[in-house]
Amino acid sequence: MKQKTKSKTTMDKAPVKKARNRWKSMLWSFVFIVMSATILPTASYLFSADDAYAQVNNDNNQRANFWRAVREGKPGYSSVSGPEAGVFINNGGQNWRQLRNGVIANYGGWAIVLGLGAIVLFFLLRGRIKVEEESSGLTVPRWKTWERVMHWYTAILFVLLTISGLSLLFGRAVLIPLLGAKGFGMWANLSITVHNYVGPFFALGVFAMLLVWVKNNIPNGTDMKWFAKGGGLIGNAHPSAGKLNGGEKLWYWIVIFVGLIAVCGSGLVLIGWAAQYGVVDGGRATMQFAHQIHAIAAIIWIVGFFGHAYIGTLGTEGALEGMTSGRVSAEWAKQHHDLWYEEVKDQAGRQETEISGATATST
Amino acid sequence: MARMKFLCDAERCIECNGCVTACKNEHEVPWGVNRRRVITLGDGEAGEKSISVACMHCTDAPCSAVCPVDCFYTTDDGVVLHDKDLCIGCGYCFYACPFGAPQYPQEEAFGVRGKMDKCTFCAGGPADDNSAAEKEKYGRNRMAEGKLPLCAEMCSTKALIAGDGDMVADIYRERILKRGGRPQTWGWETAYSS
Repeated sequence: MKQKTKSKTTMDKAPVKKARNRWKSMLWSFVFIVMSATILPTASYLFSADDAYAQVNNDNNQRANFWRAVREGKPGYSSVSGPEAGVFINNGGQNWRQLRNGVIANYGGWAIVLGLGAIVLFFLLRGRIKVEEESSGLTVPRWKTWERVMHWYTAILFVLLTISGLSLLFGRAVLIPLLGAKGFGMWANLSITVHNYVGPFFALGVFAMLLVWVKNNIPNGTDMKWFAKGGGLIGNAHPSAGKLNGGEKLWYWIVIFVGLIAVCGSGLVLIGWAAQYGVVDGGRATMQFAHQIHAIAAIIWIVGFFGHAYIGTLGTEGALEGMTSGRVSAEWAKQHHDLWYEEVKDQAGRQETEISGATATST
Repeated sequence: MARMKFLCDAERCIECNGCVTACKNEHEVPWGVNRRRVITLGDGEAGEKSISVACMHCTDAPCSAVCPVDCFYTTDDGVVLHDKDLCIGCGYCFYACPFGAPQYPQEEAFGVRGKMDKCTFCAGGPADDNSAAEKEKYGRNRMAEGKLPLCAEMCSTKALIAGDGDMVADIYRERILKRGGRPQTWGWETAYSS
């Protein structure tokens, strides 16, 4: 019995081995074929090294060389002075046109519409997130006066720039049918003036935010857990958070990278300041690139802003007060920023008492 | 209907800048604005060649496509003109133009450029033909007087030809047949092929 099984296994092993060998040789020949097919054709490079093609570019064929250089956009001499006056053909223009009128205007428009739609949908499904505990009237200080001034200064300029910027990108399609060519011409003139003059002052505000709030926005483990629990937006969980939760920190870094670096940086290129100080060359290629970055990043920023504005006002009860009066209710703080509330709860008080206290110390 | 085109014969252009001067004088364009310019490649070397470049009045004009206020229009003669009352000086037409035609009278802080100015094919603008307002904003309207662009009229070697595209092409074809060589209708593929 025992022997029988053994002989059976040896009998089975032979065809298995044969099949394995067949597979092995098949794989190796496959590898060999692929290697040969890729390496052998490159052998032609051995011959290209000895100037086989150099003869085409001879100096005698001046006319052909001239037209080739013209097509390539090689600049020549022009006694007329002006930006890139020596360039025959601006080859990048059509690409820029296709990207601006096609990709940016279409997907950008959809991004804004869908972003707003998502917020409306979220509001309909989730409703306003209320403060759960009964109000005790106690408040804790959240944002200092100058922090609030910085926030609203930047916010107001942001809204101005958003309206004027979107008018310049979508106005031709959306506003000309409404206002007419003359009416929109005046509006667009106002828009570009506001946009160009306000932009640099806005960039200063965002830069101030970078300096002032960076210490509050260093990501930590609490934020990871906050995100893992859906940040309290999904479901009714109230994940722990410090003064700023993961979502607020994410928004801060979007403002810094997408906003300050991409939008404000490219904006300074577009109004010619970067070229004036020699940071970039200010040529058409630079401007086209800066414009694309500016438009794409600005739309991302605007969609993010919709979310920020919704959560800060309609979406969360008691959140707006932090940025208007500077104080939030103790219950709101406990619910949304429990770790931070532990730090500041000894400062809790009624606003009236604090004001009278302040007058008492000043007199 | 005529379809107006420019053609510059690089085998004839001698870089005299007569076209540039004629244009500046005829339209009294301000300092820094040059509706036409001559570019020379390999200047001072044997075989140098020059081309006179201005707005080519493209069929599918990129300037018009990217203008945020839609201030460009094409006349029945195929001339691309723009309305300075609508122009906001954003510079987009300059980014898009293959020929570097759009010009701006100012360059100030905060990106202020002023109203764009470019070659009108001596056809003025949307204001009334040969009115004072048209002259001030867009220059002379020679087309309304039945005349062709002055740059080409004054070209000493007749390198620069302006007029109906078919007639321009006929003149150029005749030249090529007589002198040999390949035709180089510079800019035509970019401007008129679409």
